Amino acid sequence: MAALVWRSTDRGGSNFWQAISNPQSVAALKLTLIVSAVVVLLNAVFGTIVAWVLVRDDFRGKAVVNAVIDLPFALPTIVAGLTLLTLYGPKSPVGIDLAFSRYGIGAALLFVTLPFVVRTVQPVLYELDQDMEEAAASLGAPPQLIFRRVILPVLVPAILSGVAMSFARAIGEIGSVILISGNLPFKTQVSSVYITGLIESGNTPGAAAVSVLLLAISFATLLGIGALRRFTTRHDA
Amino acid sequence: MSITVRNVGKRFGDFVALEGVSLGVETGSLTALLGPSGSGKSTLLRCIAGLETPDTGEILISGEDVTDAPPQQRGVGFVFQHYAAFKHMTVAKNIAFGLEVRKRPKEEIEHRVNELLELVQLQGLAKRYPAQLSGGQRQRMGLARALAVDPEVLLLDEPFGALDARVRKELRAWLRRLHDETHTTTVIVTHDQEEAMEVADQIVLMNRGRIEQIGGPRDLYEHPATEFVMTFVGEANRVGDTFVRPHDLTLTLSPVDGSEEARVERLVHLGFEVRVELVRHDGAELSVQLSRDEADQLELEPRQIVYVAASRARVFT
Amino acid sequence: MRSRLSLRITALLYLLAVLVGPVVMVFYRALEHGLGDFWDSISNGAALHALWLTVLIALIAVPLNTVFGVALSLAIVRRKFPGKGIVNAFVDLPLALSPVVVGLALLLLYGRQGWLGPWFTDRGLQIVFALPAMVLATIFISLPFVVREVVPVLREIGDEQEQAASTLGAGSWQTFRRITLPAIRWGVAYGVVLTAARSLGEFGAVNVVSGRIQGKTETATLYIDAAYLDFDQKGAYAVAVVLALISVVILIGMSVFRPTEETA
Repeated sequence: MAALVWRSTDRGGSNFWQAISNPQSVAALKLTLIVSAVVVLLNAVFGTIVAWVLVRDDFRGKAVVNAVIDLPFALPTIVAGLTLLTLYGPKSPVGIDLAFSRYGIGAALLFVTLPFVVRTVQPVLYELDQDMEEAAASLGAPPQLIFRRVILPVLVPAILSGVAMSFARAIGEIGSVILISGNLPFKTQVSSVYITGLIESGNTPGAAAVSVLLLAISFATLLGIGALRRFTTRHDA
Repeated sequence: MSITVRNVGKRFGDFVALEGVSLGVETGSLTALLGPSGSGKSTLLRCIAGLETPDTGEILISGEDVTDAPPQQRGVGFVFQHYAAFKHMTVAKNIAFGLEVRKRPKEEIEHRVNELLELVQLQGLAKRYPAQLSGGQRQRMGLARALAVDPEVLLLDEPFGALDARVRKELRAWLRRLHDETHTTTVIVTHDQEEAMEVADQIVLMNRGRIEQIGGPRDLYEHPATEFVMTFVGEANRVGDTFVRPHDLTLTLSPVDGSEEARVERLVHLGFEVRVELVRHDGAELSVQLSRDEADQLELEPRQIVYVAASRARVFT
Repeated sequence: MRSRLSLRITALLYLLAVLVGPVVMVFYRALEHGLGDFWDSISNGAALHALWLTVLIALIAVPLNTVFGVALSLAIVRRKFPGKGIVNAFVDLPLALSPVVVGLALLLLYGRQGWLGPWFTDRGLQIVFALPAMVLATIFISLPFVVREVVPVLREIGDEQEQAASTLGAGSWQTFRRITLPAIRWGVAYGVVLTAARSLGEFGAVNVVSGRIQGKTETATLYIDAAYLDFDQKGAYAVAVVLALISVVILIGMSVFRPTEETA
């Protein structure tokens, strides 16, 4: 890592600045951050719903569904990208073609980050005392209010951890994105693929500069979420 | 197999767990380390076992300096409050562990394990796992495991603290009988003064990392050296600097020599014994312990005026 | 009751659209022309070599990370040493890093103009664009998994059983082998499964450090990428299905070993 930072400023600060501020690099980073943010928010919502259903609901085949959640951890990301192309690509049997579009990138990121929120929220829901909900209900609180005032505050720290891990994963993701995105500069090129391109064309200092920026964003995310977590868990003894 | 503790001190960060603690435990005796939580009694026991290293002072077992020896080399048996059962091993395997580590022959191990299973009355449960046992059974297994290697000293850290009251009483009596048969030098840590009084020959009363008093159960109760001992071992009323035990107070319906007027606030019937709560004319609150017969004779009622006198009182300076 | 049902349907539809649907589809595409065709697609030299290389890297990386991960977990939970907080934070680093960045860092360190590269080149050892760098990249990427699974288990079981073993005369190795290891074995197993999954599927970092020489440094994931871009979609689907089948085995391993909240 030290080598990375050192090499990124190899040719002076101005080159560093040039490498990260050139329009193609900026466009790639903007795309990466926006799509990642949208995907992470979607998964925060759906991940919580899935976790809820897995913990509180009961139906046949629940164990299988629970196992399937880990699929993105088990499946190589390039395979994930390929599978998405078969269903949502040019020859889509359902008539949805997301290839070479931002939506395709979004679908790939949704796939690979799906387990994070589910797996952080699930154990907290298990531990959650139903006493608390019953107490709230006995005090006359309607279900929506119970969810908002009693359950959600307990889940928020877990959701945030899941979100942080998802976001860090999303902005660095390459395997699942590389095929479906088509890697069109200014349109569907994300930062990780852009860096790979720079490396392949021999522009290592440029690649290092953009990498350092990506690295800094990852750290900032983890630190920021850590602080937020401490704030939201301040009630815990 | 005696234990000698000389001037031992131990800190955890800013917290002083032990300070200048010196103590002798005679061969074959049963000593209780008694005190409130945070008094350092468990830390002292763990220092003797080698699970903690004291910052200062030394510890001798059978005259040999073991201050820096690891627990493996001290020949101690240790029983943990929460059993520390090896969860993935059967009862028999748990008991055999120390012997297997010492590479004893198989037949000997088997024989010894059976002997111990019988001693702790777990014969039928050899093949069970700890999770399938009750708390009392787990702790008996813990004892058997510690005894299997014939330790020179047996150390018990609040062994019955996690058990319910009835089981605790049973095991306590059983431990005393066991000690009378085996005469293994034993040190038991407890915060329960009744437990200490019932099982121990010698009680070491600790408070805030220091020893307050060492003595027999009766000594501590009848000749407390400090205010702390007086109030921790048995109940005591405090009026100014004077301490008096509830059963050392007598009640009469008319004034006698040295008695003072008081009003009955509340009567508490505890079976054979009746506790009378009084407020003296000068505002001091007193608790008096009477037998049921004594209370019946006085026909006490709340708000009645009585006269209270102390047959024995102590002042600590 | 109705809201419960609608939540269930929402959750299941979401999983179907995002996870299950695509995976089923790739199996269909790979096998739509029959098993013989599928076999032809993977039995060519480059595909077989790629699969073999992937397995080989995993076979080196997984055992190393298992041993190292367990040792590191023990150090983090049971020992006090200066800089422990930093070590603890660095363990999670690979999870927060883009694999591309990891690959680049290795390239800069071991490459021809890197800090350590020339030293190895002088001794006739090629690191970058060869197996060593690919293994290193894989180890780095899959490092956190064993630690992340084992650390909480070690915390959970506490050290009382280990203390009990020591008072009974067991040395530290005996205590580890007979008490600690059996107690953490499911956590280790789950960590190993996750490590294996990540090793087999690594793409971004290996892509950068391997040089992607077909038949030499091309792993299965790189092969899929290359085949797809070469319009050999059948070949890409076929190797993808082989990897997906391995994933299904891994997935079964995961659901067996995953610590379940209900039984814990």
